[in-house]
Amino acid sequence: MKAIIKFIFIFIPIVIQSQTTIKGMAMIKNNAGKTEGLPEATIYWLDTDIGTTTNDKGWFTIEYKPEYKKLIFSFVGYKTDTIFVNEPREIHHFMQEESELDEVIIKSKKEKTAVSYLQSANIVTINEGELLKAACCNLSESFETNPSIDVNFSDALTGTKQIKMLGLTSPYILIAQENIPSVRGASQAFGLTFTPGTWIESIQITKGSGSVVNGYESIAGQINTELKKPLNDDKFFVNAYGSLDGRLELNTHFSQKISDKWNTSLFVHGNLRDSEIDKNDDNFLDIPLAEQINIMNRWQYTDMENGLVSFINFRLLKDNKQTGEVDFNPDIHKLSTIKYGSEINTERFDISAKLGYVFPETPYQSIGIQIAYSGHNQDSYFGLNQYNINHKSVYSNAIFNSILGSTLHKYKGGLSFTYDVYDEIVNTNNYARNENSIGGFFEYSYDNLDNFSLIAGLRLDHHNLLGTFITPRLHMRFAPWDKGVLRASVGRGKRSANIFAENQKLFGSSRKINILDTEGQVYGLDPEIAWNYGFSFLQGFNLFDKKADFTIDFYSTLFQNQVVVDVDESPQQVLFYNLEGNSNANNFQAQFNYELTKNINLRLAYKYYDVKSDYKKGTLQKPLQPKNRVFANLGFETNPNVNGGHWRFDYTFNWLGVQRLPFTSSNPVQYQLSQKAPDYSLMNAQIAKVFSKNFEIYVGGENLTNYKQENPILASDNPFSEYFDSTIVYAPILGSMYYAGFRLTIN
Amino acid sequence: MERLNISRSKITNTINSKMVLVLLILSLFTLTLEAQSRTTKVTLEVDGVCNMCKARIEKAAILTKGVKFATWNKDTKELYCIFNNKKTTLVKIKQSIANAGHDTKEIKATEEAYDSLENCCKYRTLEKH
Repeated sequence: MKAIIKFIFIFIPIVIQSQTTIKGMAMIKNNAGKTEGLPEATIYWLDTDIGTTTNDKGWFTIEYKPEYKKLIFSFVGYKTDTIFVNEPREIHHFMQEESELDEVIIKSKKEKTAVSYLQSANIVTINEGELLKAACCNLSESFETNPSIDVNFSDALTGTKQIKMLGLTSPYILIAQENIPSVRGASQAFGLTFTPGTWIESIQITKGSGSVVNGYESIAGQINTELKKPLNDDKFFVNAYGSLDGRLELNTHFSQKISDKWNTSLFVHGNLRDSEIDKNDDNFLDIPLAEQINIMNRWQYTDMENGLVSFINFRLLKDNKQTGEVDFNPDIHKLSTIKYGSEINTERFDISAKLGYVFPETPYQSIGIQIAYSGHNQDSYFGLNQYNINHKSVYSNAIFNSILGSTLHKYKGGLSFTYDVYDEIVNTNNYARNENSIGGFFEYSYDNLDNFSLIAGLRLDHHNLLGTFITPRLHMRFAPWDKGVLRASVGRGKRSANIFAENQKLFGSSRKINILDTEGQVYGLDPEIAWNYGFSFLQGFNLFDKKADFTIDFYSTLFQNQVVVDVDESPQQVLFYNLEGNSNANNFQAQFNYELTKNINLRLAYKYYDVKSDYKKGTLQKPLQPKNRVFANLGFETNPNVNGGHWRFDYTFNWLGVQRLPFTSSNPVQYQLSQKAPDYSLMNAQIAKVFSKNFEIYVGGENLTNYKQENPILASDNPFSEYFDSTIVYAPILGSMYYAGFRLTIN
Repeated sequence: MERLNISRSKITNTINSKMVLVLLILSLFTLTLEAQSRTTKVTLEVDGVCNMCKARIEKAAILTKGVKFATWNKDTKELYCIFNNKKTTLVKIKQSIANAGHDTKEIKATEEAYDSLENCCKYRTLEKH
């Protein structure tokens, strides 16, 4: 008896304590258009017996438990609605009369790709929904449905995809992971393939020079990737993918709450391609054999009361590729002239930590500190060319945010320090160098909360090889009328070109490497310096009562100095030298986005590129760069059912205009290419069936029209001759490719 | 003789620069202290319902000359505001919020200002219970 009483006394308070309620109101618009409460409406939690009705003013109170997620509102003559409730909060809900359903629903959905009307810089954000459209598989493949970034094949050996922005290749883009520069130095060629797509939460693409906070290196733009955060990530996630060209990928994520303040995630990625494919019968693999293990462990510390957030990341990567002739066997044929083959083996370790502190009393003041270390080692050979690179890098940045007078005037100030140790072996030559820089930056931003904002940044850096220099950057936004936004930007960028790491596809040819300058600090060459000018106009409007927007961008990059990569002097050589004369990249883009119906979105873009440099031979367009491109994307989604199940369809079309090919006319006739590559078009499509929020399957196809470049490898019949060249690739090597996969989430 | 002069002027130089530094730090310190005394932090109740209200209330507050920071919480209906008390007063801030159509305990929005609000923001009819 006593025990029972004791039990009751202990138990009752617990029950009382855990019984929270939430309050809310069911509302309608009356005939006069005024808002009023709806009495007698039924409110209940889905799949429970817990329910109530609203009082005569429309108010209700209902028991709440964290496991109750879906709150149902229902009343005769009105549409029954399900409200997702993730935390106890007050719920005001408008009920719609059944008959007027379609006219009154004002639904704002999170767009998959969002252009901003408010930011000063020209930033496009790609959200998770958009990333799902490109089912496979890593960061380099995440841009295929976005017209601001062009995805190209880099060469016929490695099958690596390379991105371009404003007509400039990825070394001119600052590619960061959570604002820490990630694809740089030794990882320039393959770094984008080292971030699996499922790890990514969102991508921000900034056109133009961008902010000074992350350094002085960006010239064409900045791409920042935000990874999934342990605090919000699902408990368990698995994604498997298989394609008919023999690529298998497996991604698993685990997330765990450790304590009130600590959360952790473990991401494990593996991919494998072990089937030998040579569809074009040139005796070379169309796509390399590959395997990758990629593991990341993230820790997040969140203490909202004291304004502290911290992330600690560890990442380990091992990536092996083998390519070359189909019957090349590394154990027997490595570095011999019996069979041509190549192996690229990479190991990488990353550790990074971030700490953010917001002053609780003055929330407009905050401090952020980032520290990152990476060790990158690549051992590789391409036929008889040997290339090894070891790059250790330290990056640190401390940022202080505050205001001048009011939050209309904000500033960021800070210091950064970087240290890079390169050890490179190119055949018999050893190139070793250390780079270090220390710099300070200040960025002022103004926003009148109406039609004008600007960001003006300046940094001063001292670099052991690049010298002491300033980097000014300015972004402005002006909204002259409703939904019309004008943007302008100007900025300077400076960088040392890692000529071998960035152009390592050239090892897949018999070209002799020649560096013509000797006076400079990096490989005898001078640092690259460029100014980028941009102008953009965005107009949103309604077309047949549906949302539409139209954007015109014009960007121009003028190089003061550039390391010219000259493959036009002779098909047997590649020359690197400092720019003498002019080099500039002009880009015009017109884009139209339209929501055809609530579920169908259309995106059209036309792009024009004029990218030319003064070479030894004279002024030439950059090879392998189409002057004109057309892009179209059509997405369709069915209405979700109660479980969130729906279908998703996506179609992408690309047309690439004529491209100039490097000079080959001095080769024997059979090893000559025409001066220009023909224009062609590509189509991709994907269908996904979403069963519920937790499970979906997808199938898709790439290059549906099966367009292929005829002879992607010059002299593939004689790979050790002086005419061998696998770097002149203007179209897909592999024909159409089909894939399927699934995603499973457990909360 | 000349050499001595140089070294002496060097010493005075270092002393001067050190003094300047100390003075600078001291003045910065006093500036911060002064700034502290001129700064008022206040939490006040402002009526409103949605995110559109939030944007409107915060904008009205921050555009009041002398206001450094303003954030409104939709759930608690509280506006946290930091302002320079030499440049503005709480009454002025409340007045500009009322001008934008939102009530505080002391200053109510005029019918005209209230009517200009979007329908979803009509907190007076939505709030009563």
